[in-house]
Amino acid sequence: MSLPLDLQILNSLAALLLLVSFAMLSQRRIVTLVNLLAFQGALLCAATLLLAWRTGANHLYVSAGLTLALKVIVLPWLLHRLIRRLDVYWDTEPLLNVAGTMLIGLLIVVFSFGLAQPISELASTATRSSIGIAVAVVLLAFFTMITRRKATSQVVGFLSMENGLFFGAMSATYGMPMIVEFGVALDVLVAMLVLGVFFFQIREQFDSLDLQHLEALKEDR
Amino acid sequence: MNVTTWILQVLEILAAVAAAPLFLGWVNQCRAWLQNRNAPSVLQPYRNIRKLFHKEAVIASNASQLFRLAPYIVFGTMVTAAAVIPSLGTRLPFTRAADAIALVGLLATARVFLSLAAMDVGTAFGTLGARREMMVGFLAEPALLMVIFVASMISATTALPDISERLATQALGLYPSLAFTAVAFTMVLLAENARIPVDNPSTHLELTMIHEALLLEYSARHLALMEWASALKLFNYACIGFALFVPWGAAMQQTPLALLAAIPALALKLLIAGAGLAFIETVSAKLRVFRAPEFLATAFLFAVLGLLVHLLLGA
Repeated sequence: MSLPLDLQILNSLAALLLLVSFAMLSQRRIVTLVNLLAFQGALLCAATLLLAWRTGANHLYVSAGLTLALKVIVLPWLLHRLIRRLDVYWDTEPLLNVAGTMLIGLLIVVFSFGLAQPISELASTATRSSIGIAVAVVLLAFFTMITRRKATSQVVGFLSMENGLFFGAMSATYGMPMIVEFGVALDVLVAMLVLGVFFFQIREQFDSLDLQHLEALKEDR
Repeated sequence: MNVTTWILQVLEILAAVAAAPLFLGWVNQCRAWLQNRNAPSVLQPYRNIRKLFHKEAVIASNASQLFRLAPYIVFGTMVTAAAVIPSLGTRLPFTRAADAIALVGLLATARVFLSLAAMDVGTAFGTLGARREMMVGFLAEPALLMVIFVASMISATTALPDISERLATQALGLYPSLAFTAVAFTMVLLAENARIPVDNPSTHLELTMIHEALLLEYSARHLALMEWASALKLFNYACIGFALFVPWGAAMQQTPLALLAAIPALALKLLIAGAGLAFIETVSAKLRVFRAPEFLATAFLFAVLGLLVHLLLGA
């Protein structure tokens, strides 16, 4: 029961990460959604720093710096700018009501905890118990994407999913190799820039960012 | 079981019953300060109750016996709950009489009688209030049970005094599960005691009120008992919260001295909790009635997340 203090803080950060995922699931204002994403990045950065200090793995300091620069500062800033220029502040009413979304979210958490159980038994890291939380964060972000209609909130869900994957790699194996992390960071940045261009194209075509318009295979005449 | 224990138990109940309006007065005073109003005295709830006891009771002509009995039943239930909750000492005889689940049932009994009495006279407002009260109640109850289950899982028992002792003596540390459930419990407390995000205790605006609508037909001593019972309910909820989340300071022996020493600790906890409650009420806005289920669903979510996090991380 009596874990060392740094592990306790790491566990608390993991629990908060899960909580932020739920907050994103229920949040309708896109601006707040982006702020939550930045907060999730900050939590991730703190967890990475603590883990780096605990294990003495220097590459984790670098990835903490990358997380801070990219996920806390650059990407939220880009998203905020996009929101201002596209003038989309609210998502339309979601497919499910809030209470229903929350309940399904809870089922997802139970499912992912069960899913992660055998993996955490194989892992040898001290943080192996939070693998379940990482899986839950990924699946919740996925669910956020499913229940949203606006392209911007789907992108936020996508970025949150990347946060979850990063956290999973961190708790399972103390982080990915440096080169992979750089690659992923670059990918996310480029994806964000490309999607930004896409947003403008989508809006030009359909006069809205509602992705329902993309579901039709042909243009109805 | 000697005579002293029983005397101590009776004194503890009397202290809880006597202190409950004081706690309510303190919350109201803090709230007035935070809102830049001239604060009423902390003794104001006592004055209200005394004033009501001196008035002549007026009862609707079509009211049944249930309407007359309900105030006594509700008040009695709250006093019983105050006896079961280990507010001062965990070793008093009545604290072992019922476990936490029975306690939730006890609180539900009070709610049922309150709602039945409100519907008894047949006014529109009484029925409306009763329906809303039941809506809030049936959503708050699972959340409260989940909160108790988390604490029970950590301490492997559902008896509130044992949970309290176990949590007070375990190693200090960060427990995300307990932090989540504490948030859930605070939300349940706000909803169950008709505090601001869900109901405004000082409103008489018909369309938004819940608690006041239930008591609309009561007057004089019946109303006094109802008001006292609701003050006691707030006090009880605060004490359940202390037993679960800040269990330090409660007496673990049944000697008079230990119990006496627990009084300042409880008073300090109540002072801080009252100020915190007033702060929450001041910074938050009243929700629409139809948003209340979302509020309570969030409380339930917090409690279940606490449970899951406890299962996964063991903390």
